[in-house]
Amino acid sequence: MSINRILFWFTLAVLALTAPFMVYPVFLMKALCFALFAAAFNLLLGYAGLLSFGHAAFLGTAAYLTGYTVKDWGLTPELGILLGTVAAGALGFVFGALAIRRQGIYFAMITLALSQMIFFLAVQMPFTGGEDGLQAVPRGYLFGFIDLNDNLSMYYFVLTIFVLGVGLIYRTVHSPFGQVLTAIKENEPRAISLGYQVDRYKLLAFVLSAALAGLAGATKTLVLQLASLSDVHWHMSGEVVLMTLLGGMGTQAGPLVGAVLVVGLQNYLADLGSWVTIITGGIFVTCVLLFRRGIVGELRALWKRSF
Amino acid sequence: MKKRALVMAAALAWSGASFAQEVSDDVVKIAVLTDMSGTYSDLSGQGGVVAAEMAIADFGGKVLGKKIELISADHQNKADVAATKAREWFDAEKVDMIAGLVTSSVALAVQEVGKQKNRMTIVSGAGSSRITGEDCAPTGLHWTYDTYALAVGTGNAVVKEGGDTWFFLTADYAFGQSLENDVSNVVKAKGGKVLGSVRHPFPASDFSSYLLQAQASGAKVIGLANAGNDTMNAIKQANEFGIIDAGQQMAGLLVFITDVHSLGLETAKGLLLTTGFYWDFDDQNREWSKRFFEKHKAMPTMVHAGVYSSVLHYLKGIEKAGTDAADKVVVEMRNMPVDDFFGRGGKLREDGRMVHDMYLAEVKKPADSKSDWDYYNIKQVIPGDEAYRPMDKGGCPLVKK
Repeated sequence: MSINRILFWFTLAVLALTAPFMVYPVFLMKALCFALFAAAFNLLLGYAGLLSFGHAAFLGTAAYLTGYTVKDWGLTPELGILLGTVAAGALGFVFGALAIRRQGIYFAMITLALSQMIFFLAVQMPFTGGEDGLQAVPRGYLFGFIDLNDNLSMYYFVLTIFVLGVGLIYRTVHSPFGQVLTAIKENEPRAISLGYQVDRYKLLAFVLSAALAGLAGATKTLVLQLASLSDVHWHMSGEVVLMTLLGGMGTQAGPLVGAVLVVGLQNYLADLGSWVTIITGGIFVTCVLLFRRGIVGELRALWKRSF
Repeated sequence: MKKRALVMAAALAWSGASFAQEVSDDVVKIAVLTDMSGTYSDLSGQGGVVAAEMAIADFGGKVLGKKIELISADHQNKADVAATKAREWFDAEKVDMIAGLVTSSVALAVQEVGKQKNRMTIVSGAGSSRITGEDCAPTGLHWTYDTYALAVGTGNAVVKEGGDTWFFLTADYAFGQSLENDVSNVVKAKGGKVLGSVRHPFPASDFSSYLLQAQASGAKVIGLANAGNDTMNAIKQANEFGIIDAGQQMAGLLVFITDVHSLGLETAKGLLLTTGFYWDFDDQNREWSKRFFEKHKAMPTMVHAGVYSSVLHYLKGIEKAGTDAADKVVVEMRNMPVDDFFGRGGKLREDGRMVHDMYLAEVKKPADSKSDWDYYNIKQVIPGDEAYRPMDKGGCPLVKK
């Protein structure tokens, strides 16, 4: 590792650890959750070339299940999150097994249709609270002794989950498995002719992405202490596409930058009142026109050109 | 003796000074959090901010000698945006009270944050009766209306007017079903009959088959147990089917004056609805509403009037309590009747519910409307105690049995 690299990671680590003293921690936690969500989505879109339009289903399912089990069954936060993540992964297996049989727009439509079914369930089932949402989820004590009601300890807990999640994605992308995914994305018939069982790889990537999206949703529920219909709404599926494209599809840092940007705009432009949607729209149009590869993608291209 | 009086006076002055210091951070900061750009921006939105500004100005701009500040934000109808914003306001920006709050998921989320931080939240926009039911909070107040009052108020009043047979168009989710149940119980208790009901998906755009069933039932009143766009679509299509002209009446269970404004009188004529406020009810209302109209260029909805009344009463509470600590202010607010054009002697209950009179209104025919916004005939004043859910039936844990 070059000295520059070490310096870069060191700065990043210091920034991440000191951030809650500079920026409001709850906002940071929310941004981290969405960054993880976008990174999980990017694993599928950016590295396996599969555009899922139903990722809200995984985020939302985990959010509701974690919220419900922590609130009503009294599960500890770590168990609640684990349960939500596993459930999202299992749901991902079912969705994936059905959806990967088709490609392109059909794939996107199948995932959208399946996620709308989850939305319907969330509206109808009594435990979700319908349009009132699942409210007042306690944050509880991590491992029984760390009080998560303190924003600072909650932040470090979320940061740990985020680093582990993104680390897993990084390892996946740079493993032989990740290379096969890229091969499938570039040229699927060739990957088949080389003897790879394409469907299995796709399914595994789908399940992994769904589980990580669930991890993000479960964590978000604990941070904000609520799960609501907007978590399972198709708007959310659209938002994660936006975050990924805005930041830069198929780059490691892109979705993270995109997520922080979108969440930041939502939060800080809120003070401007009715202008929020217009300004956000303007910023998106500008980005799409000027940064075709996304912000990080464009920066990387600039870097490569100049050195 | 003189000396003693001087000491007394000094002590009094000193205690007065320390009294004023009870205001945290030397400023009373009120925040309006509402939908500024989405579906509910007409009935709440910027108008809510205008109403709060008016309340602060009418109070004199200062309380206990300290400045009153007002800020606002758009929660975009997302509970997570609202919860983040509310936390940030309470933790970092020294906000003392949040008003407005439309959509129930947002209102419940923000009330929960207020409960944890011991700050005041006053809901005017959202209607869920959970706010003062199982999820009630000591510092969370519900000011303007709730779904129970609209349902029961409408049911009661309409049966009294002779509408004793009902058919429901119900949005097929918890909200619609509970509206239907609440109204049905009242109608039956008053000796009326429910001839049937039909569930439509949520959201729906084509109501023709449901309306035909309602028409065929022969019921005198068609109850719309839905909200927002569903209600609007149902009313428009009922008009196209000539249901009102044929003699049946529609009763909207959640309709605002801005909805009627956008539907137009031709479409909405004859619709029965319950509201917490009507601008043209009497001189008091007209005086305030005209001032509001000058600033906002639209007549106030009950949500706007509710925000005004809640902010004003909150400031009175601070003055009486001599502090802005939420748990003390709320006690004083409860001890005083809510005396303004909106509250009219309304009272604040332990579960956070502000009980005030509601009004049964009928939408005028275009020919009877003399000016812009002249939309309603008020047919009945429904006393608050009849309209709102009795405190022991809500399941609020704060209420001592």
